[in-house]
Amino acid sequence: MFGLGILSGLLIVPLCGAAFILTLGEETEASKRNARWAALITTLATFLLSLVAWGRYDATTANFQLVETHAWLSEATRFKLGVDGFSMPLILLTTFLMPFCIGASWLSVNTRVKEYFVAFLVLETTMIGVFCALDLVLFYLFFEAGLIPMFLIIGIWGGKRRIYASFKFFLYTLLGSVLMLLAIMAMYWHAGTTDIPTLLHTRFPVELQTWLWLAFFASFAVKMPMWPVHTWLPDAHVEAPTAGSVILAGILLKMGGYGFIRISLPMFPDASHAFAPMVFALSVIAIIFTSLIALMQTDIKKLIAYSSVAHMGFVTLGLFTMNEQGIQGALFLMISHGIVSGALFVCVGVVYDRMHTREIAAYGGLVKRMPLYAAAMMVFTMANVGLPGTSGFVGEFLAMMGAFRANPTVAFFSVFGIILSAGYALWLYARVIYGKLEKPNLQGILDLDLREKMIIAPLVALTIYYGVHPAPVLDTFAPSTEALMQSMRTALSNTQTAAATLPPASR
Amino acid sequence: MYHAIVFLPLVGALLAGLFGRQLGAKLSEGITTGLLAFSALLSWGAFLEVPGTEHATRVQVATWFTAGDLVVDWAFRIDTLTVIMLVVVTSVSTLVHLYSIGYMEEDPHRPRFFAYLSLFTFAMLMLVTADNLVQMFFGWEGVGLASYLLIGFWYEKPSANAAAMKAFIVNRVGDFGFSLGIFLVFVLTGSIAFDGIFARAPEIKDATFHFLGYDWSALTLACLLLFMGAMGKSAQFLLHTWLPDAMEGPTPVSALIHAATMVTAGVFMVARLSPLFELAPNALIVVTVIGGITAFFAATIGLVQNDIKRVIAYSTCSQLGYMFVALGVGAYSAAVFHLFTHAFFKALLFLGAGSVIHAMHHEQDMRNMGNLRRYIPFTSAMMTIGTLALIGFPFTAGYYSKDAIIEAAYASTRPGHTLAFLCTVVAALMTSFYSWRLFFMTFEGPARWAGHGAHHDDDHAVAQAAHAPTSAHAATSVHAATSAEADGAPGHHEGVAHDDKGHDLEPASHSAIEHHDHAQTPHESPLVMTVPLALLAFGALFAGLIFKNRFIGEGMDAFWGHALGHGPDNHIMHDIHAVPALVSYAPFIMMLIGFVLAYWMYIRRPELPGQLAAQQPSLYRFLLNKWYFDELYDRIFVRPAKDFGKFLWKEADGRVIDGMGPDGIATRVLDVTRGVVRFQTGYVYHYAFVMLVGVAALISWYMLTGLPKVAH
Repeated sequence: MFGLGILSGLLIVPLCGAAFILTLGEETEASKRNARWAALITTLATFLLSLVAWGRYDATTANFQLVETHAWLSEATRFKLGVDGFSMPLILLTTFLMPFCIGASWLSVNTRVKEYFVAFLVLETTMIGVFCALDLVLFYLFFEAGLIPMFLIIGIWGGKRRIYASFKFFLYTLLGSVLMLLAIMAMYWHAGTTDIPTLLHTRFPVELQTWLWLAFFASFAVKMPMWPVHTWLPDAHVEAPTAGSVILAGILLKMGGYGFIRISLPMFPDASHAFAPMVFALSVIAIIFTSLIALMQTDIKKLIAYSSVAHMGFVTLGLFTMNEQGIQGALFLMISHGIVSGALFVCVGVVYDRMHTREIAAYGGLVKRMPLYAAAMMVFTMANVGLPGTSGFVGEFLAMMGAFRANPTVAFFSVFGIILSAGYALWLYARVIYGKLEKPNLQGILDLDLREKMIIAPLVALTIYYGVHPAPVLDTFAPSTEALMQSMRTALSNTQTAAATLPPASR
Repeated sequence: MYHAIVFLPLVGALLAGLFGRQLGAKLSEGITTGLLAFSALLSWGAFLEVPGTEHATRVQVATWFTAGDLVVDWAFRIDTLTVIMLVVVTSVSTLVHLYSIGYMEEDPHRPRFFAYLSLFTFAMLMLVTADNLVQMFFGWEGVGLASYLLIGFWYEKPSANAAAMKAFIVNRVGDFGFSLGIFLVFVLTGSIAFDGIFARAPEIKDATFHFLGYDWSALTLACLLLFMGAMGKSAQFLLHTWLPDAMEGPTPVSALIHAATMVTAGVFMVARLSPLFELAPNALIVVTVIGGITAFFAATIGLVQNDIKRVIAYSTCSQLGYMFVALGVGAYSAAVFHLFTHAFFKALLFLGAGSVIHAMHHEQDMRNMGNLRRYIPFTSAMMTIGTLALIGFPFTAGYYSKDAIIEAAYASTRPGHTLAFLCTVVAALMTSFYSWRLFFMTFEGPARWAGHGAHHDDDHAVAQAAHAPTSAHAATSVHAATSAEADGAPGHHEGVAHDDKGHDLEPASHSAIEHHDHAQTPHESPLVMTVPLALLAFGALFAGLIFKNRFIGEGMDAFWGHALGHGPDNHIMHDIHAVPALVSYAPFIMMLIGFVLAYWMYIRRPELPGQLAAQQPSLYRFLLNKWYFDELYDRIFVRPAKDFGKFLWKEADGRVIDGMGPDGIATRVLDVTRGVVRFQTGYVYHYAFVMLVGVAALISWYMLTGLPKVAH
């Protein structure tokens, strides 16, 4: 159809849904309902389409697949899409989470409903775009454009301090994106193209690599977010509506990690190698410091936000170990964290919709009235803690194992994270779910209704399924990881031989 | 068959957990108990079949995950050690299920309780059948989760919640070492499966590993890290603090998890990895010393506790110390034998204590008991058997296993064995003393429970002052103590006050029964509770006699096959037959002294303990407060962590990062943009504008540098 492939379809379907919603008339009950259903159907259709793409995808090779190229800005910068083992699972994660976001906003969003869903659908397009772009300029466009709907979602449908939160978000990201843009220009200047597959085989001079790496790092580190540029995240989470938090934690945080694995590691292997100790240090600091901060939180969402930062610390740690266990663990953790933290925010949304507060102290003893909710929350809490048998374990374990191979001292410090995560997660659970149900306004609180059950049940199932049988995801990562390792090894050994043959004076 | 043994409990747990409400309590109990009984039956079948086979059988279930050269399977390793554990776990678990039908009768959440119990059993079976370290870790954490859920089963009790969290987190400290140990073993041997590890281990015997700025003997380091996990799970000295608090859970849970099975996982782990530990003698010295210290130290605390379950909990801790001593000196079979017999008599003691508590309507303070033998004679008889087995009375189960350990500690030539020998012998005396003290305070002497004779229903202190010399003293020492010390540090046990741990609070779900309604006469437990007691009593009496020869006697080589690793110079199991007679008799003598002392102090001269404690107030408080470990840990770990967390949040994140970064810039930007753009969406436009400028710049860049640089 129009010469477009299935990946273009994934980009277009949400936009079509958005366009349709815009045609709906004035804000009436009927149009609100239509907007909701239209959004749900669109996201479900996108998810189905992504499953079709998954069906056509061959998980045994590391090549880019489903590639399509369209003329765009110039010969050197084209509209090129494609997927490989790194991006395919992330696309599926995105399309999978979207219907849950729509479902989670079903009743809680009641003003400017049309615009809300339009923002979400546009956001979906940009997120899928990031993961399947095979051109740097395209990547940049999607990477940055996705922030606009997210700003709107926080800024318009957010909580009391939404202005401050979106402002902070803006300032952080601005710096990173400007530097990334400069780096892309420099890469074009050097290689003459912005085509990612070509750039993957381009050898940049070591000095240039350093600058390029730093520029991209500025952008990805903010997105991750890595310590110390993480402070936007807790504020953004706290102010965002439930679905916004789900997407923020589930997908947007993964873009940084994806950027590292798509661009920084393969294109700048020497610089990545040189900067790995710094990344390790920042990761370990993130794991320990933010876990300690999480211990002290009084706001449920803030606690989970800080725990996300700590988990992302494991991701950056694993990625820069540059061995199979570390990288695959980090990638798996990204998928797992997408599901688990998304689910945790859905769970927070459930009680927020009932009580309109996120204060931990306002709850207590919920298990008495909400046994199903308590059970689901227990599963996600344990996954967050990294209990074996939940998806949280596999990624964390592999990332730490990779770290141990790369640098035992770093691994030693990172393992403190498993003690601290047990501390904050169980403490949260004990204060919210356990205890006596004493607060008068909680006496009438209701357990999950049908809609909430339908949202939470699949997330519970996936959390446990991937904990027991992570192979479908891990094996998808494997060929691409192997190819990446291979190319990095070659690159690094080349550099080393080159360095060795140089006369000492010039070094 | 092994699939059935391991997965039937999981089926039971899922059925009772997911459909408990539809099935109803009776059916949930029936299903879980029935499935487990079947699993136990199969286990005994395996137990009769497997020992004697030379090598371990491997049963592959599925692949868990692979990453690079790391391959992790779901698989069972079946050898003698496995089937012993299978028998212990499934048998005790079946009996505890059965017992719980009676014990938990009034609880509204029975399906949940039975689901947890079966879930625990499943995790424990995964642990003991594991073919590799990662699956073992799965079981390890799984039993931790079940333990957490069951300790906190009465979720409305704050003390139960605190205890559950403490158990999980302290265990995680152990798992910290365990994880690092797994990583190191993988780095050293390239495998996490036991076969692969043991095959490679001899080659790396002399390897060194640089870790934290120090060159370690690689295997010693690996074993020490793994042992740290064992210390957490088995509540060894320094990581023991969670076990006594875990008594907040329902008593059947204490019997199953915190006495017979889960806490022995550490012992099992070291036994399983004995081929590895055997190559790391320095690590074994640490095991010996920690075991010895634990055996001694836990026994000293057990001397003065007043909560019946806490006494038994410290006794468990101490007995686990014995097992580690045996492991440390290389007598692995003696350690596993003690694990085996201990499971019977300690489960018996706990379930017996549960029967007492049941009879006393959820009273656990021994100072409010006494003379119960008249009212619950069967329970009292069973407790007698348990006590005899625990103190090692000749020909009971404990006699064979414990004496073997003490002799092994003496016969060993490895460093640290003398300390371990002294500790275990002295601990044998204390074991006898606190066991008889428990027995006498509970079953003999005058009845001290309110409602008996004169009514002192309301005023506990008065009742105790009148009846119990111990508490009379305790009450006075409390007042002194509370005024002298800082208020309300967590975990403080001040005699009667018994503060926030509130052991004599009623379980929340039993609120129908009135608190301390002792007006009713204590009554014997129903059949469903007494039958398990009788079966366990049989084990406590005869398990030693029946199995001694196979576990540690003549038949041991054939019985064990290659399940345990003995180095070529490890002859400890033969050397124990050559110890001097005095050493052989030492445990018996200690046992007698302990009995006589307890009899003297609690039957003949009941005012004596109070006087003694009054003479040595600081020593008494030191023991009563469990060597102040909780306070120490709170001071050096918990509070600094919280303070540091707060500092990082408010100062580092808030003031430094935000202050210098976004907030600082924001203030500047705000000044400029105020009035120019509308607040709410202003920044969005702003942002979009910047982005567009960027794109424009990029396009201009193309124009300037010329397009056809690279032809496609």
